[in-house]
Amino acid sequence: MSIPANLKYTKSHEWAKLEADGLVAIGITHHAQELLGDMVYVESPAVGRQLAAGEECAVVESVKAASDVYAPVAGVVVAVNAEVTDTPEKVNQDAYAAWMFKIKPANPADLDGLLDAAAYRALVESEAH
Amino acid sequence: MLKQTPLNQTHRDMGARMVDFGGWDMPVNYGSQIDEHHQVRRAAGMFDVCHMLVVDVTGAGIREFLRYLLANNVDKLKEPGKALYSCMLNPVGGVIDDLIVYFMTDDWFRIVVNAGTAEKDVAWMERQRAARAPQLSIKPRRDLAMIAVQGPQAREKVWQAIPGARAATEPLKPFQAAGFAQYFIGRTGYTGEDGFEIMLPQQEAAALWKTLHGLGVAPIGLGARDTLRLEAGMNLYGQDMDDNVNPLEAGLAWTVDLTSPRDFIGKQALLAQPAAMQMLGLVLLDKGVLRGHQKVVTPHGPGEITSGSFSPTLNQSIAFARLPLAVALGDTVQVEIRDKLLNAKVVKLPFARNGKSLINL
Repeated sequence: MSIPANLKYTKSHEWAKLEADGLVAIGITHHAQELLGDMVYVESPAVGRQLAAGEECAVVESVKAASDVYAPVAGVVVAVNAEVTDTPEKVNQDAYAAWMFKIKPANPADLDGLLDAAAYRALVESEAH
Repeated sequence: MLKQTPLNQTHRDMGARMVDFGGWDMPVNYGSQIDEHHQVRRAAGMFDVCHMLVVDVTGAGIREFLRYLLANNVDKLKEPGKALYSCMLNPVGGVIDDLIVYFMTDDWFRIVVNAGTAEKDVAWMERQRAARAPQLSIKPRRDLAMIAVQGPQAREKVWQAIPGARAATEPLKPFQAAGFAQYFIGRTGYTGEDGFEIMLPQQEAAALWKTLHGLGVAPIGLGARDTLRLEAGMNLYGQDMDDNVNPLEAGLAWTVDLTSPRDFIGKQALLAQPAAMQMLGLVLLDKGVLRGHQKVVTPHGPGEITSGSFSPTLNQSIAFARLPLAVALGDTVQVEIRDKLLNAKVVKLPFARNGKSLINL
């Protein structure tokens, strides 16, 4: 199971990466894309939108089902990844490269409250049973 | 405990992702559902349909019994081996199930029903038999496995896998079946492609599956089965119609024989309540994915999507929708997806046949 150690995770299967410039890139995990299957549609939040932690802010749709994406931490949307919106299968090909949007976090320390790789792995394994 | 088909372990060995499908542990895909879809449209794929139930009805007077039990007219079946798609209706005109009935001999008809409705169907048939034709025997055949092989190369692959079957099955027309050795092979399917559905003893299913796999026939999960049947304009029981849906409002008028004088269960109800809605296809013009239960907004009143997904052949989203009668082919309607209204074009079904899109927007 692919769960990079340098990322943070949520119980709702998003990953978040604090980048050098202080922005947080957000996508869905390898496990999430595997459950959903072939991705055909990604809807990202508008640039400038203020997000509360846990707020429903994007949608990914596979052939099989639609799934909401939640903001891991509070912040304002500063970029969306047009490449992923145009070619949703990028999420299947490499879930951790296919960031969907970036936010400027209201408080970077909020990321400490998210799951680390070990905790996320435990969550995925517990859901498998 | 989920029910398992004889191919359960084989699916797992081939890397299938398994899901609970109406109480059955079934493969939803073996990797990519879209690749599997294309494999069937372009070459050949195989489906485990062992969860569906074969029911043999035997005895004298069987045709008369089925003439009353089924909404389509079994009198259309004249040659042995011919098959007919039909609904079995309840007295208020709702659909108990949709099925395929094969005429084999004057005292043997074979019926194939859906997995999720199998028990209900057999109980209903048994009740009608007891009341109207007690001399008949209704026998569920859980001892039989069923594998569908579909796609432009499907028949050739089956002939390679079952040497000797060619002579018996090459002359078959669509919707016709023949027995060969321990096999019962029908030129039927649920994909809009040519191919066969093969019934055989359970214990031989895994061997045939592996032989076909060795010949390059790809295993196909329920995920692609759904997008294939949707493109082919074929209804899914429980989604596009059920016990409470009038078949005339589910795109099934062509299967309901209201012209002949014969009586059948549900006929009076259908005559008393003409269709108020119609089922048509939708192609989404905006970006997004149509799904079952989404609301459709039209100038003539509301409608609803019954089945929707992404079409790999058209590379856009498609759906079946129940719409007011005044909506016409070519109209643009709106579909409510989350908080937006997206544009969709009303089209004739099916969307695709024999590998090709039939939609020209």
